[in-house]
Amino acid sequence: MTETPLSHIRNFSIVAHIDHGKSTLADRLIQSTGSLEEREMKDQVLDSMDIERERGITIKANTVRLEYTAKDGEHYVLNLIDTPGHVDFAYEVSRSLAACEGSLLVVDASQGVEAQTLANVYQAIDNDHELVTVLNKIDLPAAEPDRIKEQIEEVIGIDASDAIPISAKSGMGIPDVLEAIVHRLPAPKQGDPNAPLKAMLVDSWYDAYLGVIVLVRIIDGRLKKGQTIRMMGTGAKYPVERVGVLTPKMVLTGELGPGEIGVITASIKEVADTRVGDTITEDKKPTAEMLPGFKPAQPVVFCGLFPVDAADFEDLRAAVGRLRLNDASFSYEMETSAALGFGFRCGFLGLLHLEIIQERLSREFDLELIATAPSVVYQLSMTDGSEIELHNPADMPDVVKIDHIKEPWIRASIMTPDDYLGPILTLCQERRGIQQDLSYVGSRAMVVYDLPLNEVVFDFYDRLKSISKGYASFDYQLSDYRQGDLVKMSVLVNEEPVDALSMLVHRSQAERRGRGMCEKLKELIPRHLFKIPIQAAIGGKVIARETLSAMRKDVTAKCYGGDATRKRKLLEKQKEGKKKMRQFGRVEIPQEAFIQALKMDS
Amino acid sequence: MSASADLALRTPSPINGDDGAPGFGIYLHWPFCAAKCPYCDFNSHVRHAPPDQARFAAAFARELATMREATGPREVTSVFIGGGTPSLMAVETVAAVLEAADRQYGLPDGIEITMEANPQSAEADRFAGYRATGVNRLSLGVQSLIDTDLRFLGRLHDVTEARAAIELARTIFPRLSFDLIYARPGQTLEGWTTELNAAIDLAADHLSLYQLTIEDGTAFKRLHDARKFRLPEDGLAADLYALTQEITTTRGLPAYEVSNHAMPGAESRHNLTYWRYGEYVGVGPGAHGRFRFENGRRVTMAERHPERWLEQVERVGHGTAEIEQLTEYEQADEMLLMGLRLTEGLDLACYEAIAGRDLAPERLTLLIDEGFVEPLGNSRIRATRAGMVVLDAVVADLAA
Repeated sequence: MTETPLSHIRNFSIVAHIDHGKSTLADRLIQSTGSLEEREMKDQVLDSMDIERERGITIKANTVRLEYTAKDGEHYVLNLIDTPGHVDFAYEVSRSLAACEGSLLVVDASQGVEAQTLANVYQAIDNDHELVTVLNKIDLPAAEPDRIKEQIEEVIGIDASDAIPISAKSGMGIPDVLEAIVHRLPAPKQGDPNAPLKAMLVDSWYDAYLGVIVLVRIIDGRLKKGQTIRMMGTGAKYPVERVGVLTPKMVLTGELGPGEIGVITASIKEVADTRVGDTITEDKKPTAEMLPGFKPAQPVVFCGLFPVDAADFEDLRAAVGRLRLNDASFSYEMETSAALGFGFRCGFLGLLHLEIIQERLSREFDLELIATAPSVVYQLSMTDGSEIELHNPADMPDVVKIDHIKEPWIRASIMTPDDYLGPILTLCQERRGIQQDLSYVGSRAMVVYDLPLNEVVFDFYDRLKSISKGYASFDYQLSDYRQGDLVKMSVLVNEEPVDALSMLVHRSQAERRGRGMCEKLKELIPRHLFKIPIQAAIGGKVIARETLSAMRKDVTAKCYGGDATRKRKLLEKQKEGKKKMRQFGRVEIPQEAFIQALKMDS
Repeated sequence: MSASADLALRTPSPINGDDGAPGFGIYLHWPFCAAKCPYCDFNSHVRHAPPDQARFAAAFARELATMREATGPREVTSVFIGGGTPSLMAVETVAAVLEAADRQYGLPDGIEITMEANPQSAEADRFAGYRATGVNRLSLGVQSLIDTDLRFLGRLHDVTEARAAIELARTIFPRLSFDLIYARPGQTLEGWTTELNAAIDLAADHLSLYQLTIEDGTAFKRLHDARKFRLPEDGLAADLYALTQEITTTRGLPAYEVSNHAMPGAESRHNLTYWRYGEYVGVGPGAHGRFRFENGRRVTMAERHPERWLEQVERVGHGTAEIEQLTEYEQADEMLLMGLRLTEGLDLACYEAIAGRDLAPERLTLLIDEGFVEPLGNSRIRATRAGMVVLDAVVADLAA
């Protein structure tokens, strides 16, 4: 591969709301530059995980090098970094964006700007990106390009007059996009090929054959096969084994120069050894300073994961270990619960991350899991002056030893058709939200709220979707920790506390949450021979109570000689089922009840 | 006895009393019906052309001989001809199968010989003939004493026919039972009180009172799933059950099993064998047997399809499709779930002898404390009235 002058390289990413067509546009760009042959094309080429394809989301950053001969006859190399769009991966997104000079802002020509678009576009602007606005799905009858352009200008505050109308699905407008990338996005800033190596670690992933693959953007110097590199954040050193680019297949080039984006392998064992945003330099001739903006991953949401069948614990241990190999932002430690047995307390970047890990565990490792209610990280200031980080409500120390508790707050932006604004404001108020801003663009409202994360992890997103019939979009970023009147709510079934169901809640929310939990359990626990009180309590005080009445009738009417076999087999099945239940005194609670009770309302 | 004439001579002799032993019964299954009832999941088949009864009778005889070889000589305590609709059998067919049973096992004098029958007049005409073959107990499928409910249940008779059949049977058979199905859609406590008292007035010595159950694979299952009708909710069903116990006890026909009521001494000897976990051979399409075999208990399950059963018997001498040798635990579970259905309860010593372990003493104590089970003498337990109506849950608790 001949070396491309910097002036002929473009590094760009695509910013879009989910479903606005980011992956389809990427597919079209790959296709029309001939990077993959027709038979190699499939939908969402860059989303390699099944979950990504099915849910139409991007979880891992990915990159592709496109070779493009422009209308001016010049040959260009276009490096597309496909980034995750979700707030859970905001840090990963910021590093991907930092590796590029420009972005395509893709907006659905009928849906318009969504909250997620906004958060990502501001990140791109923060990274000094040039933006090319693309209006997708222009061929749909509901498309209103003029109105959406106006909205983009009003909401985002950028000029949308030269927005390119396209249909990623049909391929319409794709040549215009390619030309715009070449002519409207800047080339990489001039790097010094002779300076000490300075490269950004954009992302990394585990490949079963090649080991850990690291995606890098070269700032200065050259990265070559055989070099010994040093990760400046961790200090670890590795000999470089392979250097190449992704087209999206890996093509070895032997070296990468300033402005280029490529991949390396360097016998790195675990993804956890690589930190997104870290600076890579040459061990022998290191660069003087690290790139700015490096942050180690910080789990925000925790939950317990337990195998439905206790015998699967070792498999779960192996599975979380394997996932961690490929996802350093996911953390775990062993946990035991009276209700659920042995499992792991796991930390995640956010709710989507949690959901994805859970789904991968069940899908890729065939594990049936129970997840406890997600909880945030609380900061406990003890009366003796010490500070404790609480990841698990079950570990809550004696209240008399706690001076005060702080909880994480977020700043949330919600965009919605104004018809739904009323109920959304009510929801935010109910969840202890503090309104920061409210503005209108046409018939769409954008509202900004400060909210405790604890209220959001419960069922906020589902409630928001349901009251806005799916039209509202929501995005957030962590802001700060604030003191709150938080209490531990326990759940008692037939007077026995069920540890897996206890949670920290704000005192003002305790009754509502307690009532909700009791009502749900009443539906989920099968009737027994006796009546069962189900209570929610704070300390010794019951704040909500339901009673599951006793079974009235359960007897087979006819049972003769020919029925004994069938009845016995039924009994054997019942016994088998009982083994899967958790025993609380005389009460048997099916696993399914835990799963359902802990699930956020939908 | 070797001929039907001899059997008829024994008409005046009373049926033997119950000695409390589990016993050894012979069950004969006649698989044909004139029409399939929408609630029934028994092995019954409707044929447009009448089956060759002589050929079936010969096959019953042949299978009885095979069973006799498997069980060895045994003292039979009862015979039961069930179905299907056995009252569609010609008198000669009934005579032939009873003769065959007598040939193989030697039926002792005075044992209970029950036959199921429908109340249609055409079949009632044969009652006297059946009696002459040795049948001494008739079980009539009356099901309801309300015409609209009979139609809902898909029965071919009406109340007038049912009453006539009962009157006639009472003059012919020493013992008479009939079935009613209750907890029907729309049934009230008042309505059932009237109907049940009317049924008891008809002076049978035994009643089987079944709560309507929606069984898989039946027409009712499809209709119920499609919400064409609704069963009474569990609370009302439980109240109907309690009411049934009250009325039958007052009227001298107390329950001796979940759904069976009798004047003392008129309990079905044959069915007691099932619930006491005694032994029985099953002969005919789809019939099950359970008997001691090679230090264990063997279950035989016959081919259900009548003609395939027939051909198999003619070819190999039996219609058994499946044989199961029960483990100790399986026998213990069966004994438990059958035995607790009885008012006389379950003998714990017998249970321990079969299971090789005692019956979950801690759970038993809890269930006794909670009032679902009660001890009876030194070695027996039984379900209380509160326990009987939730018996399946009580058994599941004890067996766990």
